[in-house]
This record gives sequence, C-alpha cells and structure tokens, in this order.
Amino acid sequence: MAAEHHCVWLYAVTDDVGALPAGELAGIGAREVRALWVAGLAAIVSDVDLDEVTLRRNLEDLDWLESTARAHHAVIEAVGARCPVVPMRLATVYSCDAGVLTMLQDRAADLRDALSGVAACSEWGVKAFAAAPADPDPPEEGAVSRPGTAYLQRRRAQLSSHTHARHEAMAGARAVHAELSRLSVSARLYPPQAPGLTGQTAPMVLNAAYLVADERVDEFAATVNDLTGRHRSVRLGLTGPWPAYSFVGGHDRGDRP
Amino acid sequence: MTPGNLAPSESPAPSPGPLSGPQPANLGDILERVLDKGIVVAGDIRVNLLDIELLTIKLRLVIASLETAKQVGIDWWESDPWLSASAADRSRGRELEEENRQLRSRVRALERDEHNGG
Repeated sequence: MAAEHHCVWLYAVTDDVGALPAGELAGIGAREVRALWVAGLAAIVSDVDLDEVTLRRNLEDLDWLESTARAHHAVIEAVGARCPVVPMRLATVYSCDAGVLTMLQDRAADLRDALSGVAACSEWGVKAFAAAPADPDPPEEGAVSRPGTAYLQRRRAQLSSHTHARHEAMAGARAVHAELSRLSVSARLYPPQAPGLTGQTAPMVLNAAYLVADERVDEFAATVNDLTGRHRSVRLGLTGPWPAYSFVGGHDRGDRP
Repeated sequence: MTPGNLAPSESPAPSPGPLSGPQPANLGDILERVLDKGIVVAGDIRVNLLDIELLTIKLRLVIASLETAKQVGIDWWESDPWLSASAADRSRGRELEEENRQLRSRVRALERDEHNGG
C-alpha cells in the first residue's frame, strides 16, 4: 500500500444549494472541490493525498503551509462570496466521505447556529499602528552655550515624547475599538503582530476583527476613515471582507485591546 | 494619514477609503484565521490539536507575513524546539555540551585548587 492515502479535506460548511460556482473550483493540490449534502447541510470538500504522518510533517513545512493556507482560504472565500459559510480550521481531514457526513449529522445543530450567526454579515480586520512621535521642540536659545545640558534636555524630551506617543496610541486604539465595536455585531481581538516582521518599526497596538452586518458595511468603512482623521496617534489599516472566520467558534466579545 | 495596506508586501495605502477595492490578503492574516479560528470539528485523521496550537502561538509571536519571515530568516522555525523534533534534539545536544563544558572547567578548577592548596 502507498504511504499516502486518499483522504477528504474539509473547507467549510454551508446550507445553500448555490454554494459552488458553476465552473470547477480548484482546492488544495488543484483538486476539484465538491459538496457533500446531508440533513440540509453541505460540506465543501476536496480529495487530498495525505496521511496522518505526512500531514503532521507538512504542517511544519513553511512552503506547504503557505500554499495550503492560501488554497484553503481561497475556497472558503469563493464559497463565502456566494452564501454564508462556516469555515473549518486548517487541516480538518477525514479518511472518506462517510466520515464527513457523520460529522455533519452529529454537529448539525452547532453548524446551523454558527451559520445563522454569520448570515448577512462579513468580517473586517482593523489594525492600528502607533504613529511616530513628533520631534521634540528644539532647545531654548541660551542652552546652546551648554551643549551637555542641551543634549540631556533633548534626550529627556525625546524619551518622554516616545512614552507619550505610546500612551496616546494605546488610548487611540481603545477609542477606535470601542467605536467600531458599537457598529458591529461582534468583535474579536487578535494579539498584535510582531513589529520586527511587519516590516514596520511602529508597534501594532490593535489587531481586531469585526463582524459587520451587510447593511452597515459602508458606515463601518466610513467610520474607519473618519477615525483615521480624528486619532492622529494611530495609523489604521482595514482588510476585508473576510469570511467570518473569527465569529463561528462561540468566542466572547472582546472588550478592550 | 491615510488608512490602507500596512503589510510590507502590499501596495502603498490608497488615498481613497479602504473600500475602494479589496486588499490582497496578507498571509499572516490568513494564517491567524485559518489556524486559530473557524469552528473546530474533529477530523478522523488526527493531527494533535496541540501541534496546531503551538504553531498558532509561534505565529502570534513571530509572524506578520511569511514573505517577510523568509526574508528576515527562516531559522526561527527550524531552531524552535516546540516545532521541530530535530531542533529539540539539537537543543538537548547543546545543553549536554554546555553541561559537559561546565563540568570539565569545574574539574580543572578543583584540580588547580588541590595543587595550589596541597
């Protein structure tokens, strides 16, 4: 028997008969994506050649993880653009279709709850970075005659300006999050991403996801723009619409950054 | 200040509102979501959930985008004992080497003391 077995990769669950686009949708490894129906729910799946050992090993392979995460996301996004979806965590794999159908039946109530929770909504990501502190004021005139003192004063002003900027940014992030939370059905906070790898020296002070009702999306986006003008201590970035990844697992609403 | 794309792999912030077009998804954002979120149902091919949680923690700590991670250096992944068994072995090997080195130097010191004192 071959080392790798034919398995079934689960992307998402939906209840819409129009979930799959008319043309062929390609999943991981360019395999065709199909829907398995039972109890009024559809599992969006494709075949993969994997077994437990290769799957585990592959998860530590960055290139595999990257292409697989993108393919997983692309399928969920394609289906999610057409109907409400409950995305599955990466690497939810079954040995055959029957296993998927059994899960659908066993978890039907949870899955329906999750689907109704995200219907007519989309997820939006908002990140805030601390804005660079303003340069401290130049030293006073008389100070030039005493360069040592002037240096120390400048240094102190600089440090306090950095501390001040950080505090302002945190306050800005809290205000932004509070206002965006009011406009959304639900909110979820992610840990800020590491500054070294964002390629930004500015620290990230907010990394949030918001579940926004379709009819409020324009208002939400306009508010993000407006907040950008009002809170000079932070720079904001908006991503989306995302399938509602962050709002199908029964998480609590995040209240503060 | 304009809102917009902030990840280094993305284009500069567009001056109109962020809804002027969907932004390309930053890989870090995707990984954050597909590894950590989504409803969890047990597949019957068991990948220990702990493995994925460890991955997720590492991503939280380190990753904003894999493209950047690769530029910065991939070592964090390979030398991380949580993520790589061979790294764990190497790490244990280094600990033993270090312990060995300390013991040898301690023995030398004791021998010197004995010479000098005796």
